[in-house]
Order: sequence, then structure tokens, then C-alpha cells
Amino acid sequence: MTGKTMSRKHAGIALAALLGALATAAPALAQNEQFVPNLVYRTGAYAPNGVPFANGIADYYKLINERDGGINGVKIVFEECDTGYATDRGVECYERLKGKGPTGAAYVIPLSTGITFALTEKAPADKIPIISMGYGRSESRDGSVFQWNFPLLGTYWTAADILLQHIAKKEGGFDRLKGKKIALVYHDSPYGKEPIALLQKRAQMHGFEPLLFPVTHPGVEQKATWLQIRQNRPDYVLLWGWGVMNSTAIKEAVAVGYPRDKMYGVWWSGAEQDVRPAEGGATGYNSATLQHTSGRFKLHEDLKKYVYDKGQGTARWEDTGEILYVRGLINAMLGVEAIRTAQEKFGKKPMTGEQVRWGLENLNLTADRLKQLGFEGEVKPVKVSCEDHEGARTGRIQTWDGKDWKISSDWYTSDDSVIAPMVKEAAARYASEKKLTPGCLVTN
Amino acid sequence: MLYREVGQFKTSYTADQAIFPIAQDRWFVVVLVAFAFLAVPLFASQYFYTEVLIPVLILSIAAIGLNILTGYCGQLSLGSGGFMAVGAYAAYNLALRLPQTNIILVFLFAGVMAMLVGVLFGLPSLRIKGFYLAVATLASQFFLEWAFARVKWFTNYAPSGSVAVGRVELFGIPIDTPGRIYIFVLAVAVVLALAAKNLVRGRLGRMWMAIRDMDIAAEIIGIRPLHAKLSAFAISSFYIGVAGALWAFFRLGSWEPLAFDVNRSFQVLFMIIIGGLGTILGSFLGAAFIVLVPIFLNQLPSWLGIGMSTDTISHIEFMLFGAIIVFFLIVEPHGLARLWAIAKEKLRLWPFPY
Repeated sequence: MTGKTMSRKHAGIALAALLGALATAAPALAQNEQFVPNLVYRTGAYAPNGVPFANGIADYYKLINERDGGINGVKIVFEECDTGYATDRGVECYERLKGKGPTGAAYVIPLSTGITFALTEKAPADKIPIISMGYGRSESRDGSVFQWNFPLLGTYWTAADILLQHIAKKEGGFDRLKGKKIALVYHDSPYGKEPIALLQKRAQMHGFEPLLFPVTHPGVEQKATWLQIRQNRPDYVLLWGWGVMNSTAIKEAVAVGYPRDKMYGVWWSGAEQDVRPAEGGATGYNSATLQHTSGRFKLHEDLKKYVYDKGQGTARWEDTGEILYVRGLINAMLGVEAIRTAQEKFGKKPMTGEQVRWGLENLNLTADRLKQLGFEGEVKPVKVSCEDHEGARTGRIQTWDGKDWKISSDWYTSDDSVIAPMVKEAAARYASEKKLTPGCLVTN
Repeated sequence: MLYREVGQFKTSYTADQAIFPIAQDRWFVVVLVAFAFLAVPLFASQYFYTEVLIPVLILSIAAIGLNILTGYCGQLSLGSGGFMAVGAYAAYNLALRLPQTNIILVFLFAGVMAMLVGVLFGLPSLRIKGFYLAVATLASQFFLEWAFARVKWFTNYAPSGSVAVGRVELFGIPIDTPGRIYIFVLAVAVVLALAAKNLVRGRLGRMWMAIRDMDIAAEIIGIRPLHAKLSAFAISSFYIGVAGALWAFFRLGSWEPLAFDVNRSFQVLFMIIIGGLGTILGSFLGAAFIVLVPIFLNQLPSWLGIGMSTDTISHIEFMLFGAIIVFFLIVEPHGLARLWAIAKEKLRLWPFPY
């Protein structure tokens, strides 16, 4: 009897010691490191598009660490957290990671308009900027109201405007759009609803009829939608989907017989993962580009030398030319350059979120600098300011030819005479709803 | 041995009818509530507040609501997400259109609106039972989700369909830090849990349990099914509506209808099944289980120092979570509250084996 209780007691003590050791076994971060959280989704219905983007971001950070030894000697430490594109998990990942590192998180890239909306409430209190490159709220371009949001390179109003300009050009001018029907097949979430305002404004201006077709998340049920499209026979279809919704839409268009060359997707509906499932059927499908195109470029020489040849690559080398992977590289580059800009003012040490925000707001990437970084031909010069958190408002149209994406238009710039008043009105509305006083933030 | 009520004599009917007749129970609950109000704010981190305490407390209120309907009255309902949405949007609209309204009135209004909608969608329960009622309430879930996505008036004609709430103030004190939000939500949870416990111990609760156990016999002995079932729907929806408004205002801040989709309904249902149908304690335990176990499983590999890619962690978390639920339901089908009751029973004899 004594023997049994004694060994049970010892087992209890051992277990307590083990748990105690585990609880304190958190890895210690060195002081000269910049922590960057990486909210990704490698699981769930949106994983096909989330995985290459996450790989691109991870590879760029690795490249900066290997090739340059970090940003001015400050190494980047990044940690991934899977959100599954769900808003509450995104918020949980953000809360878990925002305080890590010697100076906290530098910035956060949610890659989800839903999570961006939720974090927009929290980021100002936590003083962490949100980089929502190519997504997020369209009115967050106004930095005097949305001081911590940076929809770099383009918002959804920019995207919709670029697509409409291209369609108008094809028709021979905006006045030729009168009486035409332009359908929008969109993901029934804030992401998909964003372009509706611009579509309706342009419809009012030019007399075309916008038809709206919402598709419920995750977007695999589109048969009814495309039957309606077959009935209505719109002249053009704009696709605002994500994840499996994109490939399903193209396959349904094939099934229903809608010509793919009349389909125009937003830049998040124009990746290899969206068109390959439809096999030959996607040929002729068009999408907008977030400036860059697919294929490897100058940066990939360094990527191969410093990351992939050492076996450190996150993706497969064959996939490093894919659109979403390249987009991940560009997003990471913008973040890194923002940290570098901030370091020029605040010193070559790990930056706090506030300082990185200043870096983002004063980001000025000239053509020379982009060439130096290896991004020539992929990104046009970016200049961010307090009034303009977008930095650049231009894009092209690309077409899938069955094997690759090929650029099929010139550069379009979105029309600020239409968009700027919309941004001003929407930002003012947000400010009054949240009882904020607009103004540019000053960081010292 | 420690848990015996030896020497505790009741000298009045009130004492005999107390919620916790055994002194040890009473002390335990008093100490627990005092600990929650006074001691937790001393050491809780912000992450602990926003990701552990506040979600668990708010979802406990929703779980109490659903437990009243499904656990005590036996009406299976899959519409919790929709009723939470009704509460959330009702509170949002009142706060938007009458900004000077006291926040307590706003949440009460949310509850009352959800109550009205709940009674409306509870009418089918007078004709159908069991799984068929589950389908009817599932229809209510989808209808309400659709209504808030399509009827633009509810979202104040926001172009993105997403709404946001500003600062919340209670008698001039802003409730903006996680600590204050925690105290407010804890106070609401304690008050509502006490009310629910008293309701289910009284005449109304007994009516509900009679309907649950054998509704035809209950009708024969004079319990009006319409009164019982609709009151269950009403009170349950009130709780769920208040929980929805709290979730939207204090947990999300900015939300779209997808935040209250069918997965939310299932989540609340799983909470009461795991926690224990027909118990108030089970609502709290189930809420804690469903909210915390996924977070715990997600962080376990990094605590143990095992390096795994994030998608492997997510997939393992998914599988382990399901396996744990299956294990618990096999070990104790009546839920965690029953495990707690068994533990108390064993405490009556401990440390003696007989």
C-alpha cells in the first residue's frame, strides 16, 4: 500500500515539474530582431489562393535575412498563424501575436477584407498598422480618417474603375456603354460588396445596367446564379470571387456557355489556381492585374541563389512565377521597405508599430529604387502620403491563353474625379459613426 | 467527508429553498464570483481578457438561453445564430438612431427584439417536434441571415454590408478597455445566470421540464403547451439576443451577417450538449470547452517546442477537437456538468473509500 501511494506521489511531482518546464519553455527572442506576424490561411475553402501568397511572403523575409542579413542588420522574425479566412480566428491570431518580439508586431497583413474590417477597430488602440494591399475598405485610402490602414497599390473602387475603363475602351468609349448590361458575380461578403458602389455610380453616369448576383460563401453553389446569367444575357460579367468560388464560376460559365472573353475578374480572381481547374475552358478569361504579371523576374535570381539553392524555399521552385506568389513577394517588399524608411528616421534598430506606420505613410519607392530591389517591370513607383494611403492607382488587364497569363492592355489609371468624392463621403461617414476627429497622425 | 451537510440545519423555508442548500456550495460560489470580480483583474493579460474570458462569458449567456429552450423545454433549435444576429442588429440600430440611450436599455431592447422574433419562429413548435422543429429553426437561421444581408435598412445602407459601433459608455464611464468590458460582461452574465437558475427552479421551469419529458402527459395534467413552449422560446431568445448584442459590441466591434451564420448556431448547440443539457453550470462549462480547446490545441505544438507548419497544426487541431468531443460524449453522455456532479458526490466520501 505504501509503495503504491509513494510512486503515485512521485509521478505527480514529475508531472508537475514537466508541466512547469513546458510552461516556461517559450523561445527567447534576441533583442535585435523585428517581429512580423503572418496571418495566413493554409487550410479551408480559400487555401488554394492563400498558400502561394503566404509562401511568397515567407520567402521574401527569408531572402532579406539571408542576402542582406536583415533590414540594416535587424533580422526579421516572422511567425505564421492559420486563420482559415475566418474573422474570429483572424482576430485571435492577431491578439496572440501582436505583442511578440522586442518591439511588438511591425505590421499585420490579414489577406481578408473581413478580418481587415475587424482589425480596423483594434489596430489604432494597439498601434499596429494594417497593410491591406489590393483589398480592405476602399475608403481607407483616406489617411486622415483611417490612420492605421494602408490599402497599398489599389482598392476595389480602383479595380472596378480599371475594369470599366477597359470595357468602355473595347466598346469605343463610355458613351457606347448606354443600354448595355454589366453583371457582377460577387462573394456575398464585404469583399464582394465593395465594388457595387462604384458600379452603380458609373451606371448612373453612363447609362448601363448593373446586374448584381451574390454568391454565398464558400461559393461552390453557383448553378442558379449562372442560369440566371444565361437568362439575362449580360454583355459583360465581372467576377469578384476568392478561393474555390473563382474556379467554380469559370466552370459554371463553361457549362452555361457564357463566353469567357467577356468575363473580367478582379485581381483576386485572376490566378493560376482559378483557371487551371476549368482546363481548356478558361481560355480567353480576363482579369485585372495589381500592376504585376506572372512569371519570374530579376528578384528570382537572388531568390534562387540565397533561398532555394540552400533548400530553404517555402514553395516549389516551379511555382515561384505564379501570380499570387509574386503578389506575396511584393507585399512583403512593401512592408520591408516601410520598415527601412522608418529606420532612416528612428534609427537602425527594431521598429515599433507606430514607427512602421510613419514609414508606411512616407513610403516613396522610385523607379530606380524598384530596379535596385529587383522589381522593375512588376511594380510602378509608389508614393504614399497621409491623404493617399493607396500610393498608386494603376493596373492592366491580363488574359489567360490556356497555359499562361498574357498582358492584353495598356496601363489604366483609375479616375479620381469619380472616386475621390466617393472616398471623401464614405470616410466622413465612418468618422461620424465612430465619433472620430479626422487628422493626419504625427509620429516623433 | 468534506462535503457532508452534517450539522447544517435549516430553520426557515427560505433557507431550505436556497439555490445552494449546502454551505460548502454557497461558499464556493461566493468565493468564485468574488475571485472573478476582484482577483482576476489583478493578473489577467489583455490576451486573456479578449480571447479567453470575454468570449467564454458572452457565449455562456447564449448557451444558457439555448439550454432553457433545448435542455429544459426539449425544443431543439438551430436558430441561435440568427437570434444573436437579431440582438446584434437591434442594438446597433437603436444605438445608431437614438445615440443617447443608456447602454443597458440598448441591450435590453436587443433582448426584447430577439424575444419577439423568437416567439414568431417558435410558433411551429406547437405543431412539430424533434428533428422537424430543428429544421424549422434552421430555416429561421437562414432567413434571418438573408434578411440582414439583403434589407439594407438594418445595416444603415452601408455599401459593404458591414457595420461598426463606436465607444460604449455606461453612466459616463467609457467601457473601452478589455478589463472594463470583462467586468461589465461578467456582471451581466452573473445576473442573467441567477435569473435563469431561479426561473428553472420555479413554476415556469417545471412546466418546461414537464413538456420536455412527456408533453402529452403534461397537457393532460393541465400544463398549456402553447404557454410553456412559447415562453421557453421567448426567454431563450431574450438571452440569446442579449448575448448577440454583447458579442457584436464587445467582441467584434465591426461585423457582417456572416459572423452569425449557421456555424455559430452549431457552436452554441455543441456547447450545451458537451456542457450538459438541462443545467445552468453546463452552459458555462460547455462554452469554456468549445472556445478554449481549439485555442489550446493550436498553441500546444509551440509550447511543446515541436515545429510544425501552420496547416498541419490546423488540421491536427480539427481532428483532435473532434476526437475529444467524441471521447467526452462516450465517457459521459450527460455532459461536463454531470462530471462535476459526480465529482461532488465522490467528495462526500473522500478521502475514505467507503
